Amino acid sequence: MMDNKPNQPLGIVVAGSVEKGTEVRLDSNSSVEDMVVGRYVTIEGRKRRFFGMITDISLGVTDQEIAVSPPDTTDIFTAAVLEGTATYGSLHVLPMLTIAGDANSISEGPQPVKTVPSHFSRVNLASEIDMELVFGKEDASRFYIGNPLDMETHLCLDLETLVKRSNGIFGKSGTGKTFLTRILLIGILQKSRAVNLIFDMHNEYGWMGTSEGGQRQVKALKQLFPEKVAVFTLDEENSRRRGVSTDFVVRIGFEDIDPEDISLLRQTLNLTEAAVEAVYQLRRKLGKDWMQRALDLKDTEETRALLTEMSIHESTFQNLKRGLGTIRRLPFIVSRSPVDAVKSIMEYLDRGMNVVLEFGRFRDITAYVLVANMLARRIYVRYQEKMEASMAGNVAPPTPLVITIEEAHKFLNPEVAPRTIFGTIAREMRKYNVTLLVIDQRPSAIDEEIMSQMGTKITCLLDNERDIDAVLAGVSGKNELKTVLARLAPKQQALIFGHAVPMPVPFRPRDWGTTESYKEFTGGENTVRQAEKDIKDLFD
Amino acid sequence: MENKIAEVIAAGTADFTAECYELYDIPPLGSLVKTIDSPSEIFAVVCQASTTSIEPGRRPIARGKNEATAEAVYQANPQLLKLLRSEFQALVVGHKNDNKILQYLPPKPTRIHGFVFPCSPHEIKEFSQSFEFLNLLVNSSAQIPSGELIAATLREMTRVQPDPQAFLVTAGKKLVTLLSGDYQRTKAILGRLTL
Repeated sequence: MMDNKPNQPLGIVVAGSVEKGTEVRLDSNSSVEDMVVGRYVTIEGRKRRFFGMITDISLGVTDQEIAVSPPDTTDIFTAAVLEGTATYGSLHVLPMLTIAGDANSISEGPQPVKTVPSHFSRVNLASEIDMELVFGKEDASRFYIGNPLDMETHLCLDLETLVKRSNGIFGKSGTGKTFLTRILLIGILQKSRAVNLIFDMHNEYGWMGTSEGGQRQVKALKQLFPEKVAVFTLDEENSRRRGVSTDFVVRIGFEDIDPEDISLLRQTLNLTEAAVEAVYQLRRKLGKDWMQRALDLKDTEETRALLTEMSIHESTFQNLKRGLGTIRRLPFIVSRSPVDAVKSIMEYLDRGMNVVLEFGRFRDITAYVLVANMLARRIYVRYQEKMEASMAGNVAPPTPLVITIEEAHKFLNPEVAPRTIFGTIAREMRKYNVTLLVIDQRPSAIDEEIMSQMGTKITCLLDNERDIDAVLAGVSGKNELKTVLARLAPKQQALIFGHAVPMPVPFRPRDWGTTESYKEFTGGENTVRQAEKDIKDLFD
Repeated sequence: MENKIAEVIAAGTADFTAECYELYDIPPLGSLVKTIDSPSEIFAVVCQASTTSIEPGRRPIARGKNEATAEAVYQANPQLLKLLRSEFQALVVGHKNDNKILQYLPPKPTRIHGFVFPCSPHEIKEFSQSFEFLNLLVNSSAQIPSGELIAATLREMTRVQPDPQAFLVTAGKKLVTLLSGDYQRTKAILGRLTL
């Protein structure tokens, strides 16, 4: 941390362009060694104030001879005289927003820059007030997710805005994606009208999770907000062993599985294209309980005749049968489900409860893709119907829903994205009040079109060139951000950019896992709860 | 007005020449002097001095062959003090009008026979609050190299400053800007500034 006070003058603008940013000549009493790349500054233009970030710091000389024959190191006097005159420090500042001065930025807050400050505009370190103006203050809809790097200011996200579009959290394994997701989920739970449906592959969001390295247990959503979160499980036994209080055990009936679900699993189940085609034919021919009936088909003349009728080759059928067998072996798949999981999830969601679906021991990708896609598709259909009904003016629109999926590239890769429901949700965005929160470690494997539709992206450290390119595609100032992204610490640092923030910001997510941090998260909540209780007591 | 040391005997817009009242009582090179040309005062920096015979055609001759010291020569020849004279040239670096110091050339040269006074420490401090006068020195056509003159002037001024080092650094910075593109010259002057 530097000891500069906020709003300390740094220098003046001497050159610049909109594309490349401005050159700032450092005052002779500001030392280059006090400057840090990534610090925020304000530029007092004649008509507007600009908000920008230091992206480079350099040393300059007015006369090349100084570089050739510099003064002796013992000659402190000459060095002192030359400093700031013939030798100077200069900053490269990228103006990003205008924060005051024109009508728009006063009425609508910070605006993207479309010009550069005029010559000799003063450049100051951004003050707390400026930072607050840009990054917001925690309030009813803004949620504090962390601090901009090296700063005390709170970075606040407008969650109402955030959940209106699909968003992504990326980062290599072990960089803190899960922690970040938990924080964001709590934010959505507390500060937006939206509810979450979380497909929790590794059982980390509902109940206890472990910190990186497994050294300590950290609490999860249901423990902090028992009244707002319901835990559904596919693996009751596992949940019970872990001491999770579950609200519902999900069972999936054969009838619930549609040909689309199988087609999505083509790669995981090692099915041929022809086998996938055959599924659709079987569905048409055999009706709703096609899967059960197909599996029951014995190797008889009749079967062969049936297959020939549908022009399904024998080997194709065997291939398919093997695949379906894998599905049938999943313990949560039953021939007829006693209760409708979708209906139950919808009931909870309608009541404003957040639903975490734990997969227990079934962490293999087949189970995850099958269940997530199947449930999401049905829920999406319900939402679509409700939304259409509300458009007709009869009822209120359904509560906005955010579906969280992990290993998202399995659903959203270019091959399957057009066929999965998640591809549709990502593209159609908020039309039906359903958006995605995508968590992934290989963003390059996700369909480009879907990546481009994401509103806000938060990324932890990535070091694969293709992943970095995929995440940053289409962002202005991509090259500068690339340097920032590559310099993020391997843990507890992330870069956020897109719809919900006025400008890209590298930040340190707020603490999670300590008693104080839980208190901070639930603090407001408990007060409200207490107040409600008090009111109730008063009138009872 | 008792501390007058010389009298103007030739005057131009950019400089003047003054004859000292006492032989060898010449103000040091680079020192700040002033002459009053009512209502304004003209400030100048001593840039050249000489002691010569009062008659141009009559050159002094050597007289000390049998004397032990140079002082004894003067004691043996008291007329010498009347036959020789000391004079100095000063570059005008500013003037004071209505109690305001302006570090640029006055509208007209001073008058002949104006008295010349050394500046008091207070006046030097007041004058050296700004370094605009350095520009006149840098561009002067004095007989001695301008670098020598600038260094001498700043050294003289430093004597009365409460924080000599800070004063020199500030002056040096101004100089660097004035001499930008001529690093070697700047370096040479800076080398002569150390006290």
